[in-house]
Amino acid sequence: MKYIQDIGSYFLMLKKVFGSFTKTSVLRHLIFKEINDLIISSLGIVAFISFFVGGVVAIQTALNMTNPIIPDSLIGFATRQSVILEFAPTFISIIMAGKVGSFITSSIGSMRVTEQIDALEVMGINSLNYLVFPKIVALMFYPFVIVLSMFLGVLGGWFAGVYGGFTSSSAFIQGVQEDFIPYQLFYAFFKTFVFAFILATVPSWQGFYMKGGSLEVGKASTNSFVWTSVLIIAANYVITQLLLST
Amino acid sequence: MIRVEDVHKSFGEEEILKGITTEFVKGKTNLIIGQSGSGKTVLLKCLIGLFKPEQGRIYYEENAIQDMDDEQQRQLREEIGMLFQGGALFDSMNIEENVMFPLRMFTKQKKADMVARVNEVLKRVNLENVNKKFPAEISGGMQKRVSIARAIVNKPKFLFCDEPNSGLDPKTATLIDTLIQEITHEYDITTVVVTHDMNSVMEIGENVVLLKNGKLVWQGNNQQIFKTDNEDVTNFVYSSDLFKKIRDVQLKEG
Repeated sequence: MKYIQDIGSYFLMLKKVFGSFTKTSVLRHLIFKEINDLIISSLGIVAFISFFVGGVVAIQTALNMTNPIIPDSLIGFATRQSVILEFAPTFISIIMAGKVGSFITSSIGSMRVTEQIDALEVMGINSLNYLVFPKIVALMFYPFVIVLSMFLGVLGGWFAGVYGGFTSSSAFIQGVQEDFIPYQLFYAFFKTFVFAFILATVPSWQGFYMKGGSLEVGKASTNSFVWTSVLIIAANYVITQLLLST
Repeated sequence: MIRVEDVHKSFGEEEILKGITTEFVKGKTNLIIGQSGSGKTVLLKCLIGLFKPEQGRIYYEENAIQDMDDEQQRQLREEIGMLFQGGALFDSMNIEENVMFPLRMFTKQKKADMVARVNEVLKRVNLENVNKKFPAEISGGMQKRVSIARAIVNKPKFLFCDEPNSGLDPKTATLIDTLIQEITHEYDITTVVVTHDMNSVMEIGENVVLLKNGKLVWQGNNQQIFKTDNEDVTNFVYSSDLFKKIRDVQLKEG
């Protein structure tokens, strides 16, 4: 029963987020701030993880290619497919659920605990629009993070493959270009947008409707990570089934 | 002026406010007092619209909140200033941005004009040279004063204060009380203060409402509170040793 109430409350929150807009000049300032907090500040960790995981994918593929008939270009092909289809959009989103999701929940939760949200409401401000809408807009730039992740993942694979002595540069690049299907990029970016929306709204809901003190802020952040991850994985399955299994 | 008529508010099975009827007077500091759990804060939150009463009406001047549409309620809230118990300053903004916030949201003033107004109200609450500091960098008393500055910057008609003295030393608490009273008279606004601090009652209680178990049991001013025979008032006032001793001295002196 509580789950049904929570789902209802989540959708009611979404309705309020898009009602009674905050003054444009204030909103613009908030959006730039959120882009900095949520997107720009995540670039470092995303770049680091993407580069090294791309490298590991290339090494794992190379080490499992025991049959001499299989061409070396498969390393580049496998790296590209793994990174573009799953690693960059889905697993970077799980990492972002930990980093950005916890940040959103704890910052909104702290505002709830310290009556800052009440202060907004008393002033006649639609606090959900003020707090959540800029986050949704900022996370619409999230696909740029995923583009970076894709590029650095493949670059990491090239680096590990070539400098690890597993393949030549030309074979790796040939593999990266082989059987390229642009629709798969559409699939990857479509789900990235869905994940971005989940990343902005689920942690906001957790923070906004939390009750209690600072201990509960911590619990809400943990719940936020769990639920955001679960929803991302579930959405990933549904989208993959709908868009790829034709 | 704010008029409250037969306001009831429950949470689940528990009825917190049991038919409150009273009036908060313009140009005076109106105090809602009572023990913890008596319904003071719930009444305050009903007044400012954070809680909706199940029954009863709340009139601002002649207009009942219950009859207002969303836009009218939004306009009313622009005329309300609120001092929260913990200050409720926005952590991510410096003091200047905090105080300027209502002006940025509700006016079309130029930045220079807004900064001038911010400096004017900060000076009014005896704070200067703190504009660029963040809330975490100033003391609790200073945070309360900044919160008062933010509450009055847009020249509200109604000022609400929830436990303005909590967590403050007696001297700073008196300063905050005095400041609230001075601002009330200066701006001729309707101020409602929720407190259980008897010092505040003595300092600024021009119209005092005592709540007990969700009911209004007494209303008067800080002069009448020591003369009344009302049992609920005497139980509340003389629960403090200090006030018991004062009463004993007064009785001895006849």
